[in-house]
Amino acid sequence: LATWVPVVGLEIHAQINSNSKLFSGSQVQFAAPPNSLVSFFDASLPGTLPVLNRRCVEAAVMTGLALNCSINKKSLFDRKHYFYADLPAGYQITQQRVPIAVNGNLSYSLCIDNKMSQMVTKTVRIKQIQLEQDSGKSLHDDARSQTLVDLNRAGVGLMEVVMEPDMCCGEEAAAAVRELQLILQTLGSSQAIMAEGQLRVDANVSVHHPGEPYGVRTEVKNINSVRFLAKAVDYEIRRQIEELENGGTILNETRAFDSKLGCTISMRDKEGKQDYRFMPEPNLPPLILYDAKSLPANMNHQQVVNIDWIRERLPDLPSVKRAKLVELYGILPEHSFTLLNEDGLAEYFENVIKHTQMKPKKVIGWILNDLLSYLKEHALAVKDSPVSSFLLADLLNLLERREISSSAAKQVFEELWKGEGKTPLEIVKEKQLELLRDQEELEQICQAVIDRQEDEVGVGTFG
Amino acid sequence: GQPLGVLDGIPVAVKDNFNTAGIETTCASNMLKGYISPYNATVVQKLLDQGAVLLGKTNLDEFAMGSGSTDGVFGPVRNPWSYSRQYKEKNPPKSHSENEDSEWVITGGSSGGSAAAVSSFTCFAALGSDTGGSTRNPAAHCGVVGLKPTYGLISRHGLIPLVNSMDVPGILTRCVDDAAVVLGLLAGHDPKDSTTIQDTFKPFELPDSIDIRKLCIGIPKEYQVPGLSSEIQALWSEVAELFKDAGAKVIEVSLPHTPYSIVCYHVLCTAEVASNMARFDGLEYGHRADMKQSTESMYAATRREGFNDVVRGRILAGNYFLLKENYENYFVKAQKVRRLIANDFVKVFGSAVDILLTPTTLSDAAPYVEFIKEDNRTRSAQDDILTQAANMAGLPAISVPAALSKRGLPLGLQFIGRSFQEKQLLSVAKWFEKQVKFPVIQLEDMKRHDCSVFQHQKSVSSL
Repeated sequence: LATWVPVVGLEIHAQINSNSKLFSGSQVQFAAPPNSLVSFFDASLPGTLPVLNRRCVEAAVMTGLALNCSINKKSLFDRKHYFYADLPAGYQITQQRVPIAVNGNLSYSLCIDNKMSQMVTKTVRIKQIQLEQDSGKSLHDDARSQTLVDLNRAGVGLMEVVMEPDMCCGEEAAAAVRELQLILQTLGSSQAIMAEGQLRVDANVSVHHPGEPYGVRTEVKNINSVRFLAKAVDYEIRRQIEELENGGTILNETRAFDSKLGCTISMRDKEGKQDYRFMPEPNLPPLILYDAKSLPANMNHQQVVNIDWIRERLPDLPSVKRAKLVELYGILPEHSFTLLNEDGLAEYFENVIKHTQMKPKKVIGWILNDLLSYLKEHALAVKDSPVSSFLLADLLNLLERREISSSAAKQVFEELWKGEGKTPLEIVKEKQLELLRDQEELEQICQAVIDRQEDEVGVGTFG
Repeated sequence: GQPLGVLDGIPVAVKDNFNTAGIETTCASNMLKGYISPYNATVVQKLLDQGAVLLGKTNLDEFAMGSGSTDGVFGPVRNPWSYSRQYKEKNPPKSHSENEDSEWVITGGSSGGSAAAVSSFTCFAALGSDTGGSTRNPAAHCGVVGLKPTYGLISRHGLIPLVNSMDVPGILTRCVDDAAVVLGLLAGHDPKDSTTIQDTFKPFELPDSIDIRKLCIGIPKEYQVPGLSSEIQALWSEVAELFKDAGAKVIEVSLPHTPYSIVCYHVLCTAEVASNMARFDGLEYGHRADMKQSTESMYAATRREGFNDVVRGRILAGNYFLLKENYENYFVKAQKVRRLIANDFVKVFGSAVDILLTPTTLSDAAPYVEFIKEDNRTRSAQDDILTQAANMAGLPAISVPAALSKRGLPLGLQFIGRSFQEKQLLSVAKWFEKQVKFPVIQLEDMKRHDCSVFQHQKSVSSL
């Protein structure tokens, strides 16, 4: 059987976390009443002009720096034309010629063969990051043969992050996107919640034989979660291989992922290739960014966007946070991944450490095995945990001081989970779970047990 | 009470491509018939804040495309001079049976309604727009002052665009002093228009006399175009002599790329038109065709019904130039030629020339029946030739009434100045205005009980 090399690239649209839209002052808010967040500009009323939102530029610069990109000190805006009901102006303002950031990279980690103990680091090149407008939403009402258009989302700022085809499977794509999500959330440049449409991923997939040129690629859309991304990519790879091995060809087309059926379906509503008739956006001058060197003497940082100023204020990225956790607490690298993967878990862990004498290497087991499995079982986020980090610390202290056994501790934990407001100590006393250390007391108990047995059975034969 | 400003109580008119809140704004197109704008253009707001009284919206060529003000949905604009004694004396009707009305002449365009309004004493000042000469051309034909300010000086927010990179709001008044007053009220940075310059604008008063001997007037030889009437030719030379006799240095200069400006303009203008008109789809506002088969068919019908041939022709041409395979050869090429045209002016103004003196139009106003013998495109190409390059280069230019033609109609001459040097430009224009003492239009059936009302010397600011 000939080997196939799958090639996967990603186009990711991240909604910028800002109060107002990219080119107008209307508010950005999820799930607002339809058409309640639409300015004259968003509705494309004639005579309105775009005004660039500074916060969106800063978000893009932060993201570019976090992804090791070169920030273009001069970038340009363009119009991309097509007719669609959710695009009021008949064109989208984007950055096609010179985007704000280029040539970066993103490192992500994978477990080999699902063994957490074997993690490998991979890198994907970031081709570019560009600023562009989001479109509105169309809802097709087939029953009444009409389309309902909601323009709340029209004009919201997006960062399009283009990842080069350096990935080879669904797992890699998912891991890369997961890491990007964490970075964006850490920066605050995007909340990046896929379920709320704040992060949208399109996958470009192709296969070829080693040593041969790249195959025809398809674009896969309609992917609503990181899990589905892995599924969609892997399905498409299999589909293409099967198609080619049966003597068929791959069409350069767009396919939609159907999460129920677990497959990709051709989207045949696009006839031929679209010519977007790109044209420079005449109403926006080139976007000029400064750094410490190029900043004119009389300008303060409030008047301009200063790349160095932003760089100095970047928070610790996930990779740095993980390394610090490993160094500080002596936990394993794969533990640090899990800690950062759950929103709030790392903070929870660190708070427990602060309030307990138990060593971090032992605490981590309680966090990852006990707490996390309970959370998953009840589908709860860390912030909704009935067992607070203080309570857990108290419990671990009892264990550490050998006042209870580890099996007793697990019982107490289960009890704490009920969230009835009792402290670990109260539960221990209630259930008489204290470890006994008094020799005499122990002997009395043993004797009592033996006596009870003699009564039941008759003559005891304990020697 | 206190007057709101210099224009308190002064009647003004506004071209119907400026948004006026609560008032129909049509651009003389079926597409916007009945469209009530929800906001005021910045320049309109500024006038109203000063207490100006808006008399009405003036007629134009549809979407400002044209040089005659003949192609709007409300019909053509008639030049008030058609009904002047000066014109009637020179053009007696050939026979009694001949329709007295068939000899009326056009205003020029596209701001013909605004020019006619000022010319016929219905208001003191009017707003026009100028993309290829649309304020200066009708000013010359109607015997009024037409000022095209430097691109970026006056806000375009609320001006429904024709060519975003060339449009400016134009000012039409009866004398140069009035133009300076209005300019002072309108100029300055607008945060809603990112193409306005940041510098603070200082309104100025024009000196009553200037030292002409310090001036260097350039006469560009390329403006000696074939279609130039002998009358205008003679007038131009006469005025050059006038300046020379007064002690100014008058020299011939060369703007070698002038012949390419019309062709260049057609490419860039149609491309922007195709883009700017994409928003008119019948969905959010304006005309919507009664077509329910599909969204596409609704778009097509709406746009066919809403736009006239001129607009549709430009859209088709523009889309052609923006196609991927044509973009380099047409759009990019035209942008490069535009740079060359602009550089011609930079070189000339850099060589100690202060002001350029050229004709504004090829001849006096044509009779309507003659004008419509050629199509809009042909006429535009002919008529824009002397005014267009200033828009390419973003320079300020002004047409000042100079003399009456043999037919008793106004002839204007144009001054072109350096970027943002409106004060110098208008000072020279005012000096010139004083020398020529252009006659007042003698409209029949107007009671002349107070001659002084009609004298040019009386300006708005002295009322």
